[in-house]
Amino acid sequence: MAQNAFRYKGLRRRRIASWLGIALAFCCAAIAAASLLVILGYVVVQGAGAINFDFLTQLPHPIGVPGGGVGNGILGTFIILGIATLMAVPIGLLTGIYLSLFGRGVIPEALRFLSDVLSGVPSIAIGLFAYAVLVAPLRHFSGFSASFAFMMLMLPLLVRTSEQAIRSVPQSVREGALALGMSNFRATVGIVLPTARPAIITALLLAIARVIGETAPLLFTAFGTQFWEANPGNPMAVLALQVFNYAISPYATWQAQAWGGSLLLVGAVFVLSLGARLMLRRSMKGLEA
Amino acid sequence: MTDEPQFRRVARFVSPADRGFAAVVYGGSILFALLILGLFVELVLGSWPSIVRFGPGFIYHSGWDPINSKFGALPMIYGTVVTSLIAIVLAAFVGIMAAVFLADFAPRWLATPLSFLIELLAAVPSVVYGLWGLFVLSPFVRTALGPALQKVLGWTPIFSGTIYGVGLLTAGMILALMIVPTVTAISRDVIAAIPRDLREASMALGTTKWETAVRVVLPAARVGVFGACVLALGRALGETIAVTMVIGNRPEISASVFAPSYTLASVIANEFTEATTSIYVSALIELGLILFAVSIVVNALARVMIWSVRGSERV
Repeated sequence: MAQNAFRYKGLRRRRIASWLGIALAFCCAAIAAASLLVILGYVVVQGAGAINFDFLTQLPHPIGVPGGGVGNGILGTFIILGIATLMAVPIGLLTGIYLSLFGRGVIPEALRFLSDVLSGVPSIAIGLFAYAVLVAPLRHFSGFSASFAFMMLMLPLLVRTSEQAIRSVPQSVREGALALGMSNFRATVGIVLPTARPAIITALLLAIARVIGETAPLLFTAFGTQFWEANPGNPMAVLALQVFNYAISPYATWQAQAWGGSLLLVGAVFVLSLGARLMLRRSMKGLEA
Repeated sequence: MTDEPQFRRVARFVSPADRGFAAVVYGGSILFALLILGLFVELVLGSWPSIVRFGPGFIYHSGWDPINSKFGALPMIYGTVVTSLIAIVLAAFVGIMAAVFLADFAPRWLATPLSFLIELLAAVPSVVYGLWGLFVLSPFVRTALGPALQKVLGWTPIFSGTIYGVGLLTAGMILALMIVPTVTAISRDVIAAIPRDLREASMALGTTKWETAVRVVLPAARVGVFGACVLALGRALGETIAVTMVIGNRPEISASVFAPSYTLASVIANEFTEATTSIYVSALIELGLILFAVSIVVNALARVMIWSVRGSERV
């Protein structure tokens, strides 16, 4: 049979072409994956030397004074992300619940469209919005305005995923709860939401991973400071912003610290992404069982 | 979806607790909608002085002179378009081929880790790309790639002139790295959504795996794959920090890809906190509004194309 096939003119050539094509496709996938490894390699090699206890806990030192760290930026990152999460979760979850309960229709479709629009808006435009709403009227840069911008960046992901997560809870679960005489409110909050929780937490982790390295909106919201600042009403230091400022500075010591900060950011993003993946896998298992 | 009929049914709220719950849910959704509408309104309000003063000429004039309050966005529009085009030209082929490999050729044990690596590439923060671009890619362009290109193609205006290392080409290359995961991940999903029957029919007619993938499956998926590229283009248009770090930041229009330039996003990032006059601030916000409008159009276009292949499931 196989020998017969080879009698067809050009089949051998076509088979070779096929293998070459597959090899080409493989090379392209390998290039994409390898570029990640190259960038990661640089960040790890250059960054590892900069990271030590002082780097994690101290304030930045002035130019020329050796040592110093990004402790205030790490603190600021936690505070700003915390406030952003506190604001984004209720709005995102409620909108997700609304969309999952009311399905099709003009208003839900309009909301989905708006959510998609928001997910495509460049982060710098969202930074301008936060500036116009919270910085310009108060004439004061603040950590809170950065939280507001981060919230806007996290919302589309939270809305879409919580809608999907709630809809993926089998209808029979909700019907069972309603049949036992539960109100819609109790069925949603007591039965449906806990079932959808792993997927929602996954979305939250991914949303945090997405904004933790965002820098553009911070330039004119959090603005940065050289000191410890835990009051979100004031300008705050943020790790991503420090990396940016150090990177474009002409001083070798600061540039070295930029690599160190990058390593921290990349590490945080990867831990969050991996955590999200593990979480999702576990929730899948739960649904199958 | 199988649960669609039930899903279409609207929930009814009768008990007092339910009414309270409904009110909270409505409230959250309305707040969400107001935030997005507010974003649009604020950008328009902020740029209004500039829109009134410069009119449509803002878009096609090329003088950017903050000291004399003369503002024209053309150099930034040019820089944004050129860097994004370089990025998509570099990223499209590699991204699509990687998607074909992951969807049709790769065994599972290889496809899963490769997909994971490529998706992690999308998660690396922009500022890290910028740092890498500034200290690794930019010297490489200045000392190796640039001179090599100039040696072969230096007779064209595109590859002529001084090679600074920072400029349109370096920014385009960084952007390409950043958008490859978008092209790959979405193209892979679109290609995987093409029915198996089509592949089986093609193989039954005696085509090789490669011929099936490239002549049957890819053409069937082309609208969605094109959509993936357009979506990636949208990401490239709005990317800020990495580009700001490697583009050279000069509001000039030059034919050479080695020349420093500026993009809509990078000029906002660089000059916004230094803008002293209110018309200067307004002009920068108008750049943001242009960026906002273009991203919406590009994104909407891309999503429609992707849905047409993959069904109504969202991107």
